[in-house]
Amino acid sequence: MRFGIVVFPGTWSDGDCHYAVRDVLGQDASYVWHKERDLSPYDCMILPGGFSYGDYLRAGAIARFSPVMGAVEAYVQAGGLVLGICNGFQILCEAGLLPGALTRNHHLQYRCQWTHLRVENADSPFTNTCTPGQVLRVPISHGEGCYYADAATLRELNARGQVIFRYCDPSGDITPGANPNGSLENIAGITNTRGNVLGMMPHPERCCEGLLGGADGRLIFESMVSFATGRRTGLSAAAPPRSGARS
Amino acid sequence: MPVARETLEEIALTPEEYEVIVERLGREPNPVELGLFGTLWSEHCGYKHSRKLLGLFPKESPALLIPPGEENAGAVDIGDGLAAVFKIESHNHPSAVEPYQGAATGVGGIVRDILAMGARPIALVNSLRFGPLSETRSRYLFQGVVAGISGYGNCIGIPDVAGEVFFSQAYRDNPLVNALCLGIAPIKNLMRAAARTPGHLLVLVGAATGRDGIHGASGLASRTFEEDQERRPAVQVGNPFLEKLLIEACLEVARAGLLEGLQDLGAGGLSTAVVESAARGGRGFVVDVAQVPRRDEGMTPYEVMLSESQERMLLVVPPENLERVKGVFEKWDIPWAVMGTVTPEESARVLDGGQEVANVSVALLAQAPVYEVRTKKPAVLEELHAYDLGRLPEPPVSAENALLQLLGSPNIASKEWVYRQYDHHVQTNTILGPGQGDAALLWIKGTRRALGLTADGNGRLCYLDPYTGGAMAVAEACRNLVCAGAHPLAITDCLNFGDPERPEVAYQLEQCVRGMAEACRVLGVPVVSGNVSLYNETRGQPVYPTPVVGALGLLEDIAHRCQSAFQGAGDIVLLLGAPSVELSAAYLAGSEYLELAYSLVAGRPPALDLELEAWLQRCCLRLVQRGLLRSAHDCSEGGLAVALAESAIQGNLGFMASFPKAARWDAALFGERSARIVVSVEPARLKEVEAVCQEHRVPFTLLGAVTPASTNFLIPGLVDLPVAVMAETWRRGLERLLR
Repeated sequence: MRFGIVVFPGTWSDGDCHYAVRDVLGQDASYVWHKERDLSPYDCMILPGGFSYGDYLRAGAIARFSPVMGAVEAYVQAGGLVLGICNGFQILCEAGLLPGALTRNHHLQYRCQWTHLRVENADSPFTNTCTPGQVLRVPISHGEGCYYADAATLRELNARGQVIFRYCDPSGDITPGANPNGSLENIAGITNTRGNVLGMMPHPERCCEGLLGGADGRLIFESMVSFATGRRTGLSAAAPPRSGARS
Repeated sequence: MPVARETLEEIALTPEEYEVIVERLGREPNPVELGLFGTLWSEHCGYKHSRKLLGLFPKESPALLIPPGEENAGAVDIGDGLAAVFKIESHNHPSAVEPYQGAATGVGGIVRDILAMGARPIALVNSLRFGPLSETRSRYLFQGVVAGISGYGNCIGIPDVAGEVFFSQAYRDNPLVNALCLGIAPIKNLMRAAARTPGHLLVLVGAATGRDGIHGASGLASRTFEEDQERRPAVQVGNPFLEKLLIEACLEVARAGLLEGLQDLGAGGLSTAVVESAARGGRGFVVDVAQVPRRDEGMTPYEVMLSESQERMLLVVPPENLERVKGVFEKWDIPWAVMGTVTPEESARVLDGGQEVANVSVALLAQAPVYEVRTKKPAVLEELHAYDLGRLPEPPVSAENALLQLLGSPNIASKEWVYRQYDHHVQTNTILGPGQGDAALLWIKGTRRALGLTADGNGRLCYLDPYTGGAMAVAEACRNLVCAGAHPLAITDCLNFGDPERPEVAYQLEQCVRGMAEACRVLGVPVVSGNVSLYNETRGQPVYPTPVVGALGLLEDIAHRCQSAFQGAGDIVLLLGAPSVELSAAYLAGSEYLELAYSLVAGRPPALDLELEAWLQRCCLRLVQRGLLRSAHDCSEGGLAVALAESAIQGNLGFMASFPKAARWDAALFGERSARIVVSVEPARLKEVEAVCQEHRVPFTLLGAVTPASTNFLIPGLVDLPVAVMAETWRRGLERLLR
C-alpha cells in the first residue's frame, strides 16, 4: 500500500509520518512536493502537520492555494482516502474539503501534551480497527486547534456520524477538563460527508511505538491500510459511515 | 583624534582601542572600516575580556571531531559515523528590551549556528532567569520570553526537550535567556565555515537585509544599558517560516556536496560572517553591498555590513556548482544573491557598486585585543562567608509547611506551564521528555542509542562562592545525564556575568571558570563550545554570576533508560553518595529553603568533593546500565526532601521514610549538598546494588520504601502529607503566580 505524504513549505511532520508509515508499519511511503498535480500513484494521501507558509495570515489559509490542493480535491472526489493531521486538518478546512474551522486555542497558548480521544465512530475507513467508544492516547501540538462550526453543521456532523474523535478523560468521559483547546463539543477529528477525508488535530504518527510513549496511533494507519486493501481486492465497497454513531 | 567620542561609544570601542587600530592600520579608518572593527572587536564577537580565561577549560577528548573554538559549534563523535553538534548562546539583552522577539531570535540564531555545521537541528533546550513573579514586569518578561521561544521553535519543527527557569531579585533588571541547540549529521557531511579557495563565490541566501539590529553585537550585547526602551530598534524581528526553509535548503545543498563553506549571519551580520570565514580560510574577500537584496530604501554600505537582519546564511560556492545551488534555493522560494568572491590576498574589501568603501586586513579585524582582567575579591563575600549558619535560630516553619512552600516555589515547582507551550515531540525522537527525567533523551533512530541533554547552573550558589558554584554547575549537569542513563560526553557553556571591567565581576568570572574547569577535568568532560554574555548589569547591580552548563551524553542502550518517578510500591529507596542523611547547617548556604524560610542568601557553600562526584556518577551509570534502578533523581534545589517528594509526585505513589530524625532536621531535609542521588530499586536487587556501590566506593543510605498510591508521603515526626496535596502545590506553583 502506497502513502503519499504532501510537503508544503513549512511542513514538519512529513518525516515523522514517513517514518511511522514506512519504518513502523512497513508500508510504502513517498513525499509529494506541494507543486505536484498527479496523485494517481498513491493509494491514500496524508497532509501532515507543521506551519505551512508559517501559518501566516491564518493556519492553512495560504497552503490551500498550493497547486497540489487542486489534485487533492480531485482525489477526494474520486473517493481517495485523505488524512489531514494538525496543519493538514486546518488546510482541509480552509480548502472547503471539511466543514468548520480551527481557531486559536481558547486560552491563547500553544499546547503540546498527551490527550485522550474517544472513538465516536469505529466504522470509518480511519477507525475500523478500533472498537466503538475505545479510548486512544494521542499527543497534540498546536496553537490553533479550537474546532468551530455553526449549529446546523454540528447537528449534521453528529447525525451522520462524521465526528470521529472527541477529547475525553482517561475513562472515556467527555468533560470540559479533557478539552485542551476549547473545541466545540470536544471535537478532535471529523470526516466529510462521504467519509473518505479525516481531519484530526492530534498526531497519530507520534505514537506508533511504545518507546515514544504509546502506540495507539498505529490503529489509525492500520485502519487506512485495512480499508484500502479491502477496497483494492474488492472485499468491501467504500462503505458510507454508519449514521447515528454515539455522540 | 579626529573621531568623535560618541561614534566610538556607539560601537563600544574605547579611545585606546581606536589608537591601536590607527597604529596597526597606519592610517585613520574610514567609517565603514571603523564599523567593521567595532563589530569584530566587540566582546560578543572578539571575547576581549574572556579569551584568556576560556583557555582554562579542558578541550581534550578522543570523541572531539573539531577543536573547540574553530567552528560555529562543537562536534562530537557519537558512533555509527555520526556527529552530534551543539552549542549554547545568550540573547539576554535583546530579551530584556523586547522579550518575545528577543527570545525568538535567540532560538533562530543558535539554530543557524548548528545549521552552519551541516547538521540537522534535532533539539532545543533553554535556560531562563527572571526577577520575582510578584512584579508585573518580571511576569511580562517571563511570559513574553516563553511565548517567543514557543512561537519560533514550534514553527521550525525542532522539539524543545529540556530546560530550567529560576527567579530571583538578582535578575530583576537583567533577565537571562540562554538557548541551546543540538544537531546531528553524518561525520562526512560536516561543514566548515571557511572560505579557502580564491575565486569561489560568496552567496547570501535568506531574508532581505534591513536596518534592524544594527550595533546589536557591539552596542546591545557588549555593554550595560540603563534606558532599555530606547534600544528597541536594535532588536531584530524573526521570521521562523523562512528559517525552516533555510534549514531544508541549506541541508540539501550541503548534503549534495555543493559547498566549500557555510556560515550563519548572527551578531555583527554580514561583516562578522565574511571576515570570520575568510580568516578561517586564511584568505581575503571582496563583497559588493550593491548586490545585497534590501528591504529598506537608501541603506548605506555601513548599514548593510552591520545589519543583523535574521534568517540569512552565507554560502561559499565553487562557481561550477552555482546553477545547482540556485536550483535548490529557487525550489524553496528563498532569495539568493552572489555578492562577492574569495580573494587570494588577505584583505577585506567592501565595494558599493564600483566604488571601494573599505579595505583592511582580515587578520587585523580578526585579532581583537585580548585583555588581562583585573580581579578583586568582592568585599561582600567576606561578610557572606562570615555568616554562621550553625547559629541560625530555630526553623520558623514546620518541616511539613517548609516542604509545601518549597514545592510551590516557582524555582522548584513543575515547569509544565512552560514546556506544554513548546513542541517537545516533533521529529519523534523524544523518549524521555521534560518532566520525565533529570535529562532529556533523544533516540538516534536506526540504532539502540540515545543522546542525553540537559542544562544547569545555580547563580545563587555562584554568588556565594563562584568557584564552588562553577564546579557544581558542571557536576550537576553531568549528574543529571547519568540519572537518565547517559554517559557524559561534552559540555557547552554560557557565562552570564556583569561588567568584566569591574574587578569584582572579573573575580567572579575567573573563579567560576576555574571551578568549572576543575570539575570538567575530574569528571573527564571537555568543553566543546560556548558563549560569553557580559555586561548583564543595570545601575551597577550585576546579575548573580551565572554559568549555564549544557551537557550532552550518550545512552548506549535505550532499554536502559531511567526516569525520575518512583515506579512501584515496595521498592526500596536509597540515597547514593552519603553515609547518612545528616548535614551540617553549612549546607543551607545558598539553598532555596534558606531564602524562603529565613529570607536569607548567605553562608559559604562547602567545597564540592569532586572525587566522590566522579565515583558517584560512574556508579549510577553502571547501575542504570545493568538495569538495577527503577528511578534516579539528583538532589539539587530543595535538597533531599524535595527530591523524594518529586519522585513520589511524578510516580503518583507514597513514601515511608525509615531514616532517623536528624538533630538539625532542616539541614538534613533541605540542605543542598551535591554528589547525592535518590534511587529506587526492587528489593530483590538490593544486594546487587549495594555491591556496585561498594565496588565504586560510593557510600549509601537506606531512606525508606515506596508505598501505594493511596498512602501518604511520610517522614515520621516531620512530614505526613497526602501525595495529592503535594502534587497540587507542585503542579500549580508557577501558574498561580501568573494569574
